[in-house]
Amino acid sequence: MQVGRGSSGVIRIGCGQGFWGDTPGAPVDQVRRGPLDYLMLDYLAEVTMSILQKQRRRDPGAGFARDFVPLMEEIFPDVCRRGIRVLTNAGGVNVEGCRDALIEAARAAGVSGRATIGTVTGDDLLVRLPELIESGHPLRNMDDGRPLAEILDQVESANAYIGAGPLLEALAGGADVVVTGRSTDTALTYAPMMHAFGWRRDDWDRIAHGIVAGHVNECGAQATGGNCQFAWREIPDLDDVGYPIVEATPAGSFVLTKHEGTGGRVSVPIVKEQILYEMGDPREYVTPDGIADFTTIRLEDDGPDRVRVSGVRGRPRTDQLKVSISYRAGFKAVGTLVYAWPDAVEKAERAGEILRARLQRLGLALDRVRTEIVGWNATAGPLAGPPRPDQPEVVLRVAVHSDSRDAVERFSQELAPLVLTGPPSATGFAGGRPRVQDVVAFWPALIDRDQVEPRLRVEVRAA
Amino acid sequence: MARTPLVRLAHARSGDKGDTANVGVIAFTPAVYDFLKTALTQERVAAHLAGLVRGPVQRFELDNLGALNFLLHGALDGGGTVSLMTDAQGKVLSNALLRLELDVPEPVLSGLPRS
Repeated sequence: MQVGRGSSGVIRIGCGQGFWGDTPGAPVDQVRRGPLDYLMLDYLAEVTMSILQKQRRRDPGAGFARDFVPLMEEIFPDVCRRGIRVLTNAGGVNVEGCRDALIEAARAAGVSGRATIGTVTGDDLLVRLPELIESGHPLRNMDDGRPLAEILDQVESANAYIGAGPLLEALAGGADVVVTGRSTDTALTYAPMMHAFGWRRDDWDRIAHGIVAGHVNECGAQATGGNCQFAWREIPDLDDVGYPIVEATPAGSFVLTKHEGTGGRVSVPIVKEQILYEMGDPREYVTPDGIADFTTIRLEDDGPDRVRVSGVRGRPRTDQLKVSISYRAGFKAVGTLVYAWPDAVEKAERAGEILRARLQRLGLALDRVRTEIVGWNATAGPLAGPPRPDQPEVVLRVAVHSDSRDAVERFSQELAPLVLTGPPSATGFAGGRPRVQDVVAFWPALIDRDQVEPRLRVEVRAA
Repeated sequence: MARTPLVRLAHARSGDKGDTANVGVIAFTPAVYDFLKTALTQERVAAHLAGLVRGPVQRFELDNLGALNFLLHGALDGGGTVSLMTDAQGKVLSNALLRLELDVPEPVLSGLPRS
């Protein structure tokens, strides 16, 4: 059995991707520019699973985060040579397909036989939904209580958020790369801590430290100076921003840092901002492996680009897992036009009114029409106050939603004509008609743990 | 007392969970935090954001971080891909909140590191 290294008793877990589409070079920097024991890569947002499910319907070999494969081809020699273990949820809805592609990548990288790949399957509940509902699991929407049966025929994907259990099994089985489907983002960081330090599964306070580590790590450079409001001008070298690294200790406490010589910054105010990101009730941050109380976190400056995190209290895990369900919810389109000085806001407002009147005259079945004026009130709403009369230009942005694709399509034809039929000084329509987009909505639900966990499968094989 | 916008007293980060946005407000100093705990009530925030947020506002205190976390329900036009808003994920709702002006006692202001 491999155990995470670090003779000092410390392991370093770096984040390489905070979302699918994050900086492609970040994981490469993480494995090449300093010491690292584990690399975690998060590819799945709430609606990503539905996109992947759709891709797999078109191509049975698809359905995973494709970018992960060329990345591994690039860093396979580095991670093999240095014994860095990789954990990722890039498997999406086709974990085996991702594994097969990885085996190819290992061959192309010249490391065949030098690495093992662990896979975790069983989180995908899509085909089991009717049976689950039938047997008394209504999968009610956590926000409004509606039972899933109401929209079952619109469902595109359904996956249980799985925790550290199967990741620990894969790590104990010697996997160098662990590929899962809907693992929680946080488990990808704390599973290595539980594995390397042999924490008991009911060591709630240590696990709570791991949860905080995972939460801070999972959004990439947001923990190292990116998107930071605190003294943002003073954050150095964001063009070469270092991604976060958790330096974990057996006792639970950890230091958040980044590789020496990289840009960005790790400081107490920056870590505070990231701790509060997407925060609900801070007293109960619920994961499949325990609940962390974020009001107990202690932060201390530990030198340049180092923040120590300790004191976190945890509580036992619940008997349920969260399920991420996505379903078709109509169509939308967003169109924009630019209006120029003088009276840019007034012209844009008038154009918006004219467009609305035309849409009304057409009798389109649009259930929502939203008009915003970017440059004035798009994000501040009424707080923007009266428009400045000397505003050089603004963007009129109109978005519509309907259950009818035809209605949205028709809307998209009505925007460009405003240039010749509406108020003067409009431009910026060269992008063509607004694209009609499928709307896939998110349905969060809970399911009993024992409906999922006994069916999870872990497999470790050579690459 | 001096009328002061929140942006001079605190920094913030916002994000989303479905149709609910959160704004974490982090005081620049302990004195500011003590002041915000009494002055930046959920009612005050709800009134300030009335034109942007349809549902109720909840407040949570994090004394350990000198921070307040606000949950803004019904702030995102349905949220995620359903929303028609430019800021469908509430990324800059924090900025809207930082516009809020408060009457701040002079001793609280004097401790601030920068203007």
